[in-house]
Amino acid sequence: MSEMVKDVLNQTKFIVFQLADKEYAIPVNQVRSIEKLQHITRVPGTVDFVEGVINLRGVVTPIVDMRKRFLLPEAAYTESTRIIIVAFNEMEVGFIVDAANDVLDLSADSIEPQPDVVGAIEAEYISSVAKLEKRLLILVHLEKVLNPID
Amino acid sequence: MEMNQYLEVFIEESREHLQACNEHILSLEKNPEDLTIVNEIFRSAHTLKGMSATMGYEDLAHLTHMMENVLDAIRNEKVKVTPDVLDVVFLSIDDLEAMVESIASGGDGKRNITEVADKLKQIEEGEFPHSSLDNSDAKTEVAAAVAAPERKPSKNEYDQFEQTVIQQSKDQGFECFEISISLRSDCLLKAARVYMVFEVLEKSGEVIRSNPSVEKLEEEQFDDEFTVTLITKESSEDIHSKIMKVSEVELVEIAFVNLEETVHEVINDAPPEETKDIQLPEAAKKSTEEAAKSSGPKTIASNNKTIRVSIERLDSLMNLFEELVIDRGRLEQISRELDHPELHETVERMSRISGDLQSIILNMRMVPVETVFNRFPRMVRQLARDLNKMINLEVIGAETELDRTVIDEIGDPLVHLLRNAMDHGIEKPEIRKANGKPEEGTIQLKAYHSGNHVFIEIEDDGAGINKERVLQKAISKGIITEQTAQTLTDRQVFELIFASGFSTAEAISDISGRGVGLDVVKSTIESLGGTITIDSKEGSGSIFSIQLPLTLSIISVMLTEIQKEKYAIPLSSIIETAIIKKSDILHAHNQKVIDFRGRVVPLVELKEVFDVPGGEEENEFLSLVIVRKGDKMAALIVDSFIGQQEVVLKSLGNYLTNVFAISGATILGDGQVALILDCNALIK
Repeated sequence: MSEMVKDVLNQTKFIVFQLADKEYAIPVNQVRSIEKLQHITRVPGTVDFVEGVINLRGVVTPIVDMRKRFLLPEAAYTESTRIIIVAFNEMEVGFIVDAANDVLDLSADSIEPQPDVVGAIEAEYISSVAKLEKRLLILVHLEKVLNPID
Repeated sequence: MEMNQYLEVFIEESREHLQACNEHILSLEKNPEDLTIVNEIFRSAHTLKGMSATMGYEDLAHLTHMMENVLDAIRNEKVKVTPDVLDVVFLSIDDLEAMVESIASGGDGKRNITEVADKLKQIEEGEFPHSSLDNSDAKTEVAAAVAAPERKPSKNEYDQFEQTVIQQSKDQGFECFEISISLRSDCLLKAARVYMVFEVLEKSGEVIRSNPSVEKLEEEQFDDEFTVTLITKESSEDIHSKIMKVSEVELVEIAFVNLEETVHEVINDAPPEETKDIQLPEAAKKSTEEAAKSSGPKTIASNNKTIRVSIERLDSLMNLFEELVIDRGRLEQISRELDHPELHETVERMSRISGDLQSIILNMRMVPVETVFNRFPRMVRQLARDLNKMINLEVIGAETELDRTVIDEIGDPLVHLLRNAMDHGIEKPEIRKANGKPEEGTIQLKAYHSGNHVFIEIEDDGAGINKERVLQKAISKGIITEQTAQTLTDRQVFELIFASGFSTAEAISDISGRGVGLDVVKSTIESLGGTITIDSKEGSGSIFSIQLPLTLSIISVMLTEIQKEKYAIPLSSIIETAIIKKSDILHAHNQKVIDFRGRVVPLVELKEVFDVPGGEEENEFLSLVIVRKGDKMAALIVDSFIGQQEVVLKSLGNYLTNVFAISGATILGDGQVALILDCNALIK
């Protein structure tokens, strides 16, 4: 079992968000806050999925568009679009997601390592998956998502 | 005891004490007869020793102890104050500093101190310091020195410092008692009883020592008995009956402390190994304060009531405050729209108060430049000795305040300039004499505020800069051509010494010419948003004048717009703004250029550089911001100017590092982020 999975096992609360038609999850202790969409200032010369920076209560915070990051088809922002602020390795980064409205308790035995499917584009950003009755949650590998050079 | 939480305080205070030692030793050198200065040094050293012993840094405590011994010998006039003796003391302070720095960076503070310890020992024994002793000798000497403090068998030995305290308080009519307290053998909460006894004692006087130490007492590491030394004005009977009121106390015996005879009338069987040198820093401090009180008003200045706050906390306070400022802007707008007189009044009041608050918060980041200047007297002394020159350093305006971030950066350039002044500026005493100057050269280090800037000047009365030699050197190095050499003003000539790869020193000395030129000084100062200029008169000296912004966190910018995006250009790199006709653009190779007051200046299309989305607008006129990097220029094309503004500089964070041509960001009044241009990156 990878380190990441072990880490994940120790926590039980997850923030669940939506991208396209799938549900993803981030451990709650890595999430600082969930914000409504606000004005984003584009930063020139950065990678494509870096949407820009916002003013998060006085702190300039970079924003990553998760659809672009996962190479999903782009979609217009809606009322439910949210920015999830995550903290990782002394970085604070915001993720633009389609919606974020759920907090779930996941027990250790519902989490499985990621499925060995070749071809799924986002597979490499996934640490594991969790089954919850009929829902399938994809646990995001923050370190890989935030690594700008693949 | 959990040490980590005290570590930071320990390091800070150790640095302060070492700095105090440095300063006092320097003044001692000037007034070798003034033994009160020795007392000051002694006090700092003693506190440091107590603190480091408590924190478990044995090497540190040990070396401080050895230094203390030397100071003691000086105080008792067994050793005369000579530059050589002080050299050794300085060396040991260097070692102590290195240890503290090692602790600060997470190390264990251990260090090989044999050599210094050996020299200290020699001085203490009245021998002139020679480094010619062979190693084995040195080692046994050190071993002896280690053993020395342990040799004393008595239960309450008072070191020199405590004796001074006791003596001084006796002179002022206090009495000093040694009180032995026995608890009942069936006492259950010994530590609690100790605490109660101490509380009683501290109400009646000052406890200057306890045996076992306070720490061990707290941890109940004693049998049934302990001894404390108390300075008080109360009678022994009163104290006796007060302590007896604490339950479970079986016996209290009180004896006078008689320093001359060191007779202890009451004999008690306290374990002999727990004698010396273990003190809580608080206890040490207390006695220092006590001593300070009795030694007159000299040290009162250090009693300023201050607290230490980390820069991060101030930053988050600042962040929150900016949020408030943005909301203030909105409130002002709403109140204007509603036009309600009471609301108007309230909002106005709030604006005023928050304005005051802002300046207070900004002021909290200001630190006196003293913190940097402090280390210079020591450095100048040493360097003057190395160079065989006589140099007097005058420091003026050390209380001038600068932003903490600037302070952190400015030290190295100043060291460089001072070294330069000492090495190249001030002549050797015999030359000075021959030229009719006093043998002792003077370097003046001056800091002062002026407008929105702080000036730091380094002025020497030395040889000044030889224009011809600078020019020849510059020509021979290919920095300028002979033709341009003719046209340069004096100041421009002097500025050539900031060019990289330039050194006028005939011979490369140990002090300068280490491959780091003055160009580094210049670039550091410019990176801080400052400038440096030179004035010099051959034969009578030079002035290096540094101009620095008061703070780095707030800068003046010209806000510009490119399509819908706003970019801030630091005013410090702007020469001027201009509007030109499209037809004025010239073409040199593939580069668009303009003729700006006779100079060919390349045009930079920011829209292309930053890949700004949005259609091409045909416009007859172009708005230009002409910026410079050193003496190179460029004209940046923007869509429109919004205006000049003071903004708070913010970083883009750890995730977005090294974004091309962007040095940071700022938050505008409407809450949006604007990026700050790095003009240096745009000019090749």
